[in-house]
Amino acid sequence: MLTIRLFWSFFKIGAFTFGGGYAMIAMVKDALVDRNKWMDEDEFWESITLAQALPGVFAINMALYTGHKIKGALGSFAAMMGAMLPSMIIIMLIASFFRDINEFETVRNVFSGIRPCVAALILVPGINMLKKAKITAKTIWIPIATCLLICLLGISPVYLILAAIVVGVISARVVSMHNA
Amino acid sequence: MIYLQLFWVFFKIGLFGFGGGYSMISMIRMDVVDDYQWMSAAEFADLLAVSQMTPGPISINTATFVGFTEAGVLGSVVATLSLCLPSILLMAIVLRLFSKHKESEYVKRPMAYMLPVVAGLIIAAGILMCDRETFTSWLSFVIFGGTVAAQLLWKTSPILLIVIAGVLGWGWGMISF
Repeated sequence: MLTIRLFWSFFKIGAFTFGGGYAMIAMVKDALVDRNKWMDEDEFWESITLAQALPGVFAINMALYTGHKIKGALGSFAAMMGAMLPSMIIIMLIASFFRDINEFETVRNVFSGIRPCVAALILVPGINMLKKAKITAKTIWIPIATCLLICLLGISPVYLILAAIVVGVISARVVSMHNA
Repeated sequence: MIYLQLFWVFFKIGLFGFGGGYSMISMIRMDVVDDYQWMSAAEFADLLAVSQMTPGPISINTATFVGFTEAGVLGSVVATLSLCLPSILLMAIVLRLFSKHKESEYVKRPMAYMLPVVAGLIIAAGILMCDRETFTSWLSFVIFGGTVAAQLLWKTSPILLIVIAGVLGWGWGMISF
């Protein structure tokens, strides 16, 4: 039953993920943390971080990791299928019936409404993460620097994540040498 | 053999595609348009536009679309699952290592540094979305402000918010013409 509920949660999320994977964050948090209490906030931000650090599709990584946390390998599979099925079905329908959906005035209008909503749905959880994810006065410069490097200099997020991993490993090494 | 080609192309994209949808696009274009010529540059541009207007990650949409046009439903299933396969394998490894060495400094410290970076990434993605494409009329500002307020004050379901925003955009378009 939990597996089916997990699948259904991600199916709904997959059907409403407009504007890339980050738009999913608010929905996944709403479903897994706030509504169903399947995981706590710390675990949730941990899963976002890992999903972002691994290669591949962010949405799929996120479904795989949180699904596994909640119900093992089966949960992982159910969440992944749920996340990808809606877009697969819709794209197959579009591929077989029509190709120029963006010519439709109605679709364009609907999207002009959705876009600012999605921007807010990305920003609010991002700022929430700052408050909830153990970010202190000592580490607050990291998200600010990250944000500036990406927005102003267009640096790829990949390098910033790699840098974080390298710094983390070095500081672990320093600590372990200190203790030895 | 088309299925093997589909498998190989999308497995590769899933394996080396770091940094989410938009950085994957150039990789996908290189294989799908330049190398295998499964679709023309114009068709690819159309697909990107469609992807922005349909739910789901762009890479999944592309895999499904290319697989479908090249080899039908089975082709789209093969392409999409191949895209996800590297994630599944890597996630299995990471989950094992992570649960085994959860208390190790070599796991805890990199996580501690990655967390604030990822928070910055998400905020940057949100900021980058706030451009002229997004804010086209005063209604856009109302929707943006309303979404922020609804999330902070009432924890309204994000799906409900997207539906309301879509209906408002549709209604606004009807009035404007």
